[in-house]
Amino acid sequence: MSERTGKISAINGNMIVAEFENYVLQNEVAYAVAGNEKLKSEVIRIRGRKADLQVYENTESLKVGDKVEFSGELLSVELGPGLLTQIYDGLQNPLPQIAKECGYFLKRGVYLNALSYEQEWEFTPEAKKGDKVKAGDFLGSVPEGIFKHYITVPFSFREEYEVSSVAPKGNYKIKDTIAEIKDKKGNTEKVSMVQLWPVKLPIRAYAEKIKPADPLITKVRIIDTLVPVALGGTYCIPGPFGAGKTVLQQITSRHAEVDIVIIAACGERAGEVVETLLEFPELKDPRTGKSLMERTIIICNTSSMPVAARESSVYTAVTIAEYYRQMGLNVLLLPDSTSRWAQAMREMSGRLEEIPGEEAFPAYLESRIASFYERAGIVRLNNGKIGSVTIGGTVSPAGGNFEEPVTQATLKVVGAFLGLSRARSDARKYPAIDPLDSWSKYESVVEREQVEYVRYILRKSSEVGQMMKVVGEEGTAMSDFIEYLKGEFVDDVYLQQNAFDEVDGATPAERQKYVFGILYEILKSDFTFGTKDEARHFFHEIRQEFKNWNSDPWGSGKFGERQKSLKEKVEKNVKDKG
Amino acid sequence: MRKVYSRILQIVGDVIAVEAEGVGNQELAEINTSRGKSLAQVIKLDGSKVSLQVFAGSRGISTGDEVRFLGHRMQVSFSDNLMGRIFNGSGIPRDNGPSLADNMVEIGGPSVNPAKRIIPNRMVRTGIPMIDVFNSLVVSQKLPIFSVAGEPYNELLARIAMQAEVDVIILGGLGLKYDDFLFFRDTLEEHGALSRSILFVHTASDPTVECIMVPDMCLAVAEQFAIKGKDVLVLLTDMTNFADALKEVAVTMEQIPSNRGYPGDLYSQLAARYEKAVDFSDQGSITVLAVTTMPGDDVTHPVPDNTGYITEGQFYLRNGRIEPFGSLSRLKQQVNGKTREDHRTVMDTMIQLYADFKETKEKLAMGFQVSKWDEKLLKYGALFEEKLMSLKVNVPLEKALDRGWEIMAECFSPEETGIKTEMTNKFWPKSKTPVEQEPRAGEEEGEGIEEGPRTVEELSAGDGNNNSAAGKKN
Ligand SMILES: Nc1ncnc2c1ncn2[C@@H]1O[C@H](COP(=O)(O)OP(=O)(O)OP(=O)(O)O)[C@@H](O)[C@H]1O
Ligand SMILES: [Mg+2]
Repeated sequence: MSERTGKISAINGNMIVAEFENYVLQNEVAYAVAGNEKLKSEVIRIRGRKADLQVYENTESLKVGDKVEFSGELLSVELGPGLLTQIYDGLQNPLPQIAKECGYFLKRGVYLNALSYEQEWEFTPEAKKGDKVKAGDFLGSVPEGIFKHYITVPFSFREEYEVSSVAPKGNYKIKDTIAEIKDKKGNTEKVSMVQLWPVKLPIRAYAEKIKPADPLITKVRIIDTLVPVALGGTYCIPGPFGAGKTVLQQITSRHAEVDIVIIAACGERAGEVVETLLEFPELKDPRTGKSLMERTIIICNTSSMPVAARESSVYTAVTIAEYYRQMGLNVLLLPDSTSRWAQAMREMSGRLEEIPGEEAFPAYLESRIASFYERAGIVRLNNGKIGSVTIGGTVSPAGGNFEEPVTQATLKVVGAFLGLSRARSDARKYPAIDPLDSWSKYESVVEREQVEYVRYILRKSSEVGQMMKVVGEEGTAMSDFIEYLKGEFVDDVYLQQNAFDEVDGATPAERQKYVFGILYEILKSDFTFGTKDEARHFFHEIRQEFKNWNSDPWGSGKFGERQKSLKEKVEKNVKDKG
Repeated sequence: MRKVYSRILQIVGDVIAVEAEGVGNQELAEINTSRGKSLAQVIKLDGSKVSLQVFAGSRGISTGDEVRFLGHRMQVSFSDNLMGRIFNGSGIPRDNGPSLADNMVEIGGPSVNPAKRIIPNRMVRTGIPMIDVFNSLVVSQKLPIFSVAGEPYNELLARIAMQAEVDVIILGGLGLKYDDFLFFRDTLEEHGALSRSILFVHTASDPTVECIMVPDMCLAVAEQFAIKGKDVLVLLTDMTNFADALKEVAVTMEQIPSNRGYPGDLYSQLAARYEKAVDFSDQGSITVLAVTTMPGDDVTHPVPDNTGYITEGQFYLRNGRIEPFGSLSRLKQQVNGKTREDHRTVMDTMIQLYADFKETKEKLAMGFQVSKWDEKLLKYGALFEEKLMSLKVNVPLEKALDRGWEIMAECFSPEETGIKTEMTNKFWPKSKTPVEQEPRAGEEEGEGIEEGPRTVEELSAGDGNNNSAAGKKN
């Protein structure tokens, strides 16, 4: 390609204006040349002979007149074996390697290969000469940790092809040709194990998108039971600072029953990423017996890293998620926080002097959020396999008030809303998901009828609790008081969960169903008490018992014993039904 | 010799525009005015029009004044000669000492590679039970003190600085009152800490733009010391003034405000500073303690709000005390598991009981019946506030934990606290026989702390709004 260049004519923060001669492509990658540094940028607007670019680096010392080189490529990620266990920045630079090269501090203009070009992978062919294939079809596979990593016809290939040759089983580097395929006109294309894909476009190499139906088990009881998430679905976690958004994502990233977890630390604290990246290699994934890191990818563009790269980091993450979905795997993407991404858009929009919408967010905020979450989904691949991408993003609303543009735009498109409340986190009721305000369109792991009843109890209990603040305990009827205690009881023993307890910290679906059934029976019981103190005492007693039960391993002898003693305690106080 | 420009096109707020060529973004310039020299920084380039932010403010600048570009960004000298020195936001001495120009380093440098960080694990001992016991401060933590104007936040900062075992203390004053500046200087001097301290002080009467420089100056120096293996404590007071200075400049630049006039990048601006807090695996560390005053005591105000989303917890200073509710050290669990085995138990139980006490107090205020249990709680609350919460208390962690047990033993029986038996067997004070005790128990506990109100009646008497609701009882 002939080299196309331009000259910087203006600089404002991380936005530069370049005057160009030939032509430029919208959203193509360009490099601003500052001495011997080349700073990655993206064309985001073109007017006349001027292109506006957002620079993914600090623009310090750039000058008017400096050269800009256009690359002709859209901002893309490298997809191939070796992505798992990696820690990338928002532009897919491997941070540990950067540390090796540059030391303590990040250095602008340093871009390293996302994948190793030297490592060899053991390739096993799947397709054979003469097969008809199209984008996304499997040509072969390599083992990547615990997974079979399929090598496919690149997603950008539009035609139908015939396989002319496939490499025999053996060790190959990712750039080696592993197949040759030929289109109808007879043009032959070489296929390697690595392909590029532009991050802002969804990968569509599948037969059809289907409706999310099966639950994604997070092992967080309040989620799976009350506000469930589906494989291929979307959910959001808005909450004020310190309410527990990140911790909730950390818990799900450990326990969720999915194949692959992608953590996108977007504009949040570096320290939190460090916790994950240092702890995960040490933690065992109960599903595979291997380290949790083997199913994890971290995309990390923390708050002090350049803002434009923060904007692209969520796209980098979702593209990698889609890539593994194309192998028939279930992928969970956890961006923290989507508000920082939205703010990055706002900063850029301001520099472009676009007409601002509410709270100065750009008018296209809603559509960007919607199309991001649209990239979640469960798909049937051309070969019939099912793969999914589930997205659960946190939202950090200004002032903790959900009536703000990012939360509202997100609520319009997601399938479940897990709202964290300040009141609950202040009272250390974790996870601090508000059971009354939160909702989900997906199916719970327990029976609907039981859930409805428990919702009723929770609502009623909260009403009585409010009333009691005014009229006091002595002014509350016994029947109301019992419902109040029942609601508190559900909250204490089921909705709250001790993340640090090995057993209580993660409740499998089967156990949730079982325990919730027992809980339901207790709530349905008709109790008689002489005094309110008696009632309170009773519930405190069974609360203690139930909480201990939560820590008894599922299926253990202790589990059965505790259940029995719980049952006895409950029956003592149940009204005889004559 | 660099070229001198003398065509100032425009002066708006503290931002001037000159026509110049070959100027780098964020480059520094020197302006010669009738009032003397001032530094200015390039903040925008458009063709040959260069916009600069003038550190000393634009007052008195003439369109004919000379602007000389320096070819580098803002720098600060770094060496041991900084110790004990006091500078303004531009790095000019304000202590009559010599100006320093050796070993200049650029401020506002790139961030630390996350892959080079470690999980923080060293506790900073402050002698303040509300911190040490309940929300332990950890080396490399970034933590603000949320406070309304008038609270003794500077005293608190100074106290922590004096107590903390750090190699270097760097104080950044932002819109600091002159009195407070003197207070810091004198306190450091009294405690013999001035020789390991460096002060960058912008006072309320100094130019706004210099205020914006202060955190970067402090943190750039801190970073250099940290790389040399030193543990550095950076104190910034008051970061709300920093945010307000940003707001002022943004308005001058006609940026569209996002929230109550603050620029849309307030979060990124604050984060760029706070995220400098770090513990290097094989070197020193930077711990950042900042004051964030809350306009109108409103934590949802953009400055405390954005800060809370960045920092690793916060201390609420209210009525001269660190509030147990709302205050949070997000890193405490990294350290409080290996102090003393009863640390977490005391922390959890005492806070739970204090929450119950608050509820009882509300009940009392509403005029509802008070039970025996409530009476115990009221006594407990009073003791807790006086013997642990008060900022007058200055005891090491272990002593504070002992005191916690004593307070509980004075008010409750072991079972009533819900603490595991093995723990109470080991730590419950032997001499106390709480169950038989009357509520009036003012006789014991020495330690030179004044006796507070002890009975329910006395407590209610001290509580202004309790009588009014008495009639509501059903
Ligand atoms: N499930 C939990 N169990 C125990 N403690 C929790 C839990 N969730 C949150 N916490 C406590 O609350 C603190 C803040 O949680 P977290 O970092 O998840 O908040 P956040 O909502 O992500 O805040 P921010 O918006 O500022 O990032 C944690 O450091 C921890 O002390
Ligand atoms: Mg968080």
